[in-house]
Amino acid sequence: MKKQWFPKVYLILLLIIMYLPVIVVIIYSFNNSKSDAIWGGFTLKWYGQMFQNQSLMEALKNSLIVAFISCLLSTVIGTIGAVGIVRADLKSKGMVESLATIPIMIPEIILGMVFLAVFSFLNLPFGMMTLIIAHISFCVPYIFIVVKGRLAGMDKSIEEAARDLGATPLRTFIDITLPLIMPAVLSGTLLAFAMSLDDVVISFFVTGPETNTLPVKIYSQIKVGVSPEINALCTMMLLVTFAIVIISGKIGAKKPKKEKETS
Amino acid sequence: MKSQSLRHKKQTNWILALPMYIFSLIFVVIPLIYVIILSFLTRDETWGVVNEFTLSNFIRIFDKVYLKTFLDSIQLAVLTTVICLLLGYPFAYFMAKLKSKWKNICMLLVVVPFWTNALIRIYGWIILLRTKGILNEFLIGIGILDKPIKILYTYPAVLIGMVYSLVPFMILSIYSSVEKMDWTVVEAARDLGATRFQAFWTTTLKMTLPGILSGVILVFVPSVGLFFISDLMGGGKVMLLGNLIKNELMVARDWPFGAALSIIMMCMTLIFIGLYRKVTHTKDLEGL
Repeated sequence: MKKQWFPKVYLILLLIIMYLPVIVVIIYSFNNSKSDAIWGGFTLKWYGQMFQNQSLMEALKNSLIVAFISCLLSTVIGTIGAVGIVRADLKSKGMVESLATIPIMIPEIILGMVFLAVFSFLNLPFGMMTLIIAHISFCVPYIFIVVKGRLAGMDKSIEEAARDLGATPLRTFIDITLPLIMPAVLSGTLLAFAMSLDDVVISFFVTGPETNTLPVKIYSQIKVGVSPEINALCTMMLLVTFAIVIISGKIGAKKPKKEKETS
Repeated sequence: MKSQSLRHKKQTNWILALPMYIFSLIFVVIPLIYVIILSFLTRDETWGVVNEFTLSNFIRIFDKVYLKTFLDSIQLAVLTTVICLLLGYPFAYFMAKLKSKWKNICMLLVVVPFWTNALIRIYGWIILLRTKGILNEFLIGIGILDKPIKILYTYPAVLIGMVYSLVPFMILSIYSSVEKMDWTVVEAARDLGATRFQAFWTTTLKMTLPGILSGVILVFVPSVGLFFISDLMGGGKVMLLGNLIKNELMVARDWPFGAALSIIMMCMTLIFIGLYRKVTHTKDLEGL
């Protein structure tokens, strides 16, 4: 009988601990008292203050711009790259695959360090551009892996049929391959977006003195101390991430009709 | 017909594969070569670098101060990994045995915090563990403590932060191994008279080894670099390899030494992944 309840209790207990810090942040973002050990009643004033805080809003804007541009570019590179690598019979593709995924295999701090050194060497001004370049480097491998996984389970003969019927490579890619891998592309892109939005370590190294991204800003604020405004901000960020992960999971799990019919 | 389509195929693929080749070259190969070169250069009087070959950056790591940080960091990483394994293995195992509906819910619940900002989760712990924080107030409130104890800014606090941040990697790796496992082997062992424990030890553990190893790598490797956890929860008392690199770059501005430290850390990572591939005969890490 012991076996019956123990696993469930264990799972629930660990999940509670996993969510405890997150829930605490959310609850205290609505706390009227400035001290976080005391509950002072429900309030939305920290959210109001947050929106009036210029430097926070500036950081939010920067984060969104960086995430948007780097994801857009990464999606193009990663998607086309995945199709090319999977379908190619080039000898060197295994090596390229290993090389291209290095940015997400090594600890983030090394990637940050590497880009910091290279950008200084090239005399690039630290700011939006350096942030975008650095973010592309870890978004591309991610999208590449997700799309590649999708392609591996796909029926190659549909593409071959299109080619045999006279479609150009570009046409085949746009009309056949792309619609089939679209769910993977979208879910990969969303997750890359979330990663870019949440990245602390790499951004910390490559950001300029005038450009803060939201996580970098939060990092410097937390170092100083706990403030309810940051609770509000964190709650907003959590909401965005939750939404992205759930939407991306929904899209990624959906199978396009075409594939179902053929397989 | 066939040969024509093959010819077509080759032609397309060469062009389509190009972005990935360019990406690896510009974003990975060239920067890495630069950092490797940098690690052998001499530091300038000021903040710059002189083009003078030296091995001193690598020799310096054996200085007492640096060696201690290095070993402390490894020790913390090992401790983190062991705790993650002990907590994560049962979790993954029980999760894989759930009914499919609950399994999916459980999976989602594990994955979501994994994607949320690591800083925010650490921040939540700071609120909980502070001297005047929730945990202390709670323990005093129910009469276990009579005055608050210091948890935040201690070694255990950093350990909590590390385990908490990295345990999802362990769970997901092991889970995907348990999912793939052939349960009939375990049943066979039981039928042949093995006790529950013996069956687990000889069959289940062996079959989930790729997941365990993959989880160990995914926890151990990043744990030496998470400088912000030791910064925020250790109050500067716990130095990791990551903190050392950060300080050398941002404070001391010693680029060559920072580069040398990074190279060593990266070699460690690549050796781990290489070993993993050798042992399990697979290319990709389990659950990635």
